[in-house]
Amino acid sequence: MMKARVFVTLKPAVLDPQGKAIQNALNGLGFDEAQSVRQGKVIDIELSGDDNSAVQSSVTEMCEKLLANTVIEDYRIEIL
Amino acid sequence: MKSAVIVFPGSNCDRDMQVALREVTGKEPQMVWHGDSQMPNVDLIAIPGGFSYGDYLRCGAMAANSPIMKEIVKQANEGVAVLGVCNGFQVLTECGLLPGALMRNASLRFVCKDVHLTVENNTTAFTSNYQQNEPILVSVAHGDGNFFAEPETLNKIEGDGQVAFRYCNADGELVARANPNGSVNAIAGIFNEQRNVLGMMPHPERHSDKAIGGTDGGRLFESLMGALS
Repeated sequence: MMKARVFVTLKPAVLDPQGKAIQNALNGLGFDEAQSVRQGKVIDIELSGDDNSAVQSSVTEMCEKLLANTVIEDYRIEIL
Repeated sequence: MKSAVIVFPGSNCDRDMQVALREVTGKEPQMVWHGDSQMPNVDLIAIPGGFSYGDYLRCGAMAANSPIMKEIVKQANEGVAVLGVCNGFQVLTECGLLPGALMRNASLRFVCKDVHLTVENNTTAFTSNYQQNEPILVSVAHGDGNFFAEPETLNKIEGDGQVAFRYCNADGELVARANPNGSVNAIAGIFNEQRNVLGMMPHPERHSDKAIGGTDGGRLFESLMGALS
């Protein structure tokens, strides 16, 4: 059994109104140092098998096919 | 014109679409469940609005991978007319039949109201009953209708006449406050390159009867009826 963690975030060029709203809320709480906020998703996957590169390529395919919309999102994979 | 309406778990405009198509075509549309892998032989496939699969992961992402969509993509590529409204538009971008993506509304609010659209291209099977640049009245009801495409894609959509509708005011003017969701270039609906696939956030089926607000939306179905019968 292996575990992978996928981070899905909006591409830098894509506006993130949710991140902006979070930043405004943080500033409202007095965290004036919060200058910019961008938010995204974390997806944890448990996978059968023990071959690192096979898991890497399988999770990459999952990201391309479903987990990220590559028109607007980037993804990053960590094998845990 | 024979038509089919695709029903996903969480679709909620499927019956409105059914009524609009029944009224215009005089024939009963076939309701097709998302888990089916066979499409009936029809002239128009309609993907209705709603919250397919609870909008889990991203709006339309799960529906785009459902069994029936493989068959719809195949038929669309063979030239069958496909109309995606609201969630249906999101599904069409997610499955790659249409370019771009629908993001959270810039206001972060769900927007439910009547809007005006300009008809940007009336030379298609979907829009031939409209005048070019005519303002029409329909309604929107969505939280994720903010159309986005990268500059290169956007230039192609604009240059090729793939923009179907833009949000405008009652006089047909493209003013910023008429754009309900922050869509780039106020885009409300787009065609694929071949013009046999249309995705739009506003609901033409909700303006298909004088008794419930207007008939400007119904003219889209009448256009299809003229082109596909």
